[in-house]
Amino acid sequence: MQISMKVNGNDVTRDIEPRVLLVHFIREELGLTGTHWGCDTTNCGTCVVLMDGQPVKSCTVLAVMADGHEIRTVEGLAADGTLDPVQQGFMEEHGLQCGFCTPGMMLTARALLDRNPHPDAAEIREAISGQICRCTGYATIVRSVQWAAAHPLAKDPAADDGAAGASTAEEVTA
Amino acid sequence: MQIPAAFDYERASDVANALALLERHGPESRVIAGGHSLLPMMKLRLARPDWLIDINGLAELDFILREGDQLRVGALTRHAALLESADVAGLFPIIRDAERVIADPVVRNRGTIGGSLCQADPAEDLSTVCDVLRALAVIRGPDGERTVSMADFHRGPYETAVAHNELLCEIRYPIRPRSGSAYEKVERRVGDWAIVAAGAAVALSADGTVEDAAIGLTAVGLDGTVPEAEAVLHGRQPQEDLFAEAGRIAAAACDPVADQRGPVDYKRHLAEELTRRALRRACARAAAAGNG
Repeated sequence: MQISMKVNGNDVTRDIEPRVLLVHFIREELGLTGTHWGCDTTNCGTCVVLMDGQPVKSCTVLAVMADGHEIRTVEGLAADGTLDPVQQGFMEEHGLQCGFCTPGMMLTARALLDRNPHPDAAEIREAISGQICRCTGYATIVRSVQWAAAHPLAKDPAADDGAAGASTAEEVTA
Repeated sequence: MQIPAAFDYERASDVANALALLERHGPESRVIAGGHSLLPMMKLRLARPDWLIDINGLAELDFILREGDQLRVGALTRHAALLESADVAGLFPIIRDAERVIADPVVRNRGTIGGSLCQADPAEDLSTVCDVLRALAVIRGPDGERTVSMADFHRGPYETAVAHNELLCEIRYPIRPRSGSAYEKVERRVGDWAIVAAGAAVALSADGTVEDAAIGLTAVGLDGTVPEAEAVLHGRQPQEDLFAEAGRIAAAACDPVADQRGPVDYKRHLAEELTRRALRRACARAAAAGNG
């Protein structure tokens, strides 16, 4: 059946089988492979995308159910060549090791900060509790989100010569 | 890669349309809302519906309304909305207790109360919650609307009173003065199904004794509440030895099975201890409540 949705601000229309899962639609139909596909069982959270601004596990949403909705993937985080503060935070605070969980983690973080610009560490941990980092790098992920919260207007350092600064986690949580 | 078997899909525009679609496509059609129970089963091919009727657009079923002496919750209400509702937290803290430990925040953005109840997994938390709150389920079908008690709603694991051509539309919770409720769950890891959980709801008399109590257990083979344990509480002052006695009765009444989540004696121990804790918190909340 034919479905249309907005993905990262762009209108897309495709003819697909109803049984196609949103994660496969995004990766295979749209070629946006930044959304990862992990456990297939709604447990790992690496496939998280934002649907109308809310994090959802795209392995457990049918693409047809996203018809008419707005989807945001990791490719839609940066705007006009400027990294989202969350992306910047993951760089500053070493929020990724192997990187497999990172797209989902960053999108959940973006949604959290949109709702709650100043979450404490417990709120961040709660928000990402449905997502697994198999490198177990949770402490740095939490610090990365805190960095983003403390630098809501962070710019890509390549673009403005590192004006965002090299803040430490201590400063961020103080 | 887990992919569901092929099916046809149709989006319902309202409740009447959903019922017409269910009627038209027959018993091999299934309703999908959040999809977080049905889609995993379809991916494992444990469920193979010919038709999916998508009810996510039925805004008329997405509400939390305090009306007179009841709280009305639409079947399409997401877990996240229940968790965030001030009315729910104030009137029925047990719902908030349970919602905090149902899956994870991302899953709770999609999953619905109606879906959880209709899936009727034996380890599902909201069934126990609705049991002890003596909730009513409003079901609509081709012959109109009917309201059933939770005792009538439950038909065993994965089965409910909702027929294939019907739709669970609403849950109604009676609001009672001087009441309190609580849910206590032990799971292996965050977001997992319960090893065992206990729910309790109490209403106190003006003199502080227990006027009415309901106790339910999750994942230990118990249908409905534990009337024997509820009976010992009736008319008595809520205190520790009473909670312990009710816990022992509840543990004896349940029928857990050994599985990867633990052996029978461990689960029975949890049933006793969690019943005691749930009663303790429910009574403390009832004593503090001004929700008349």
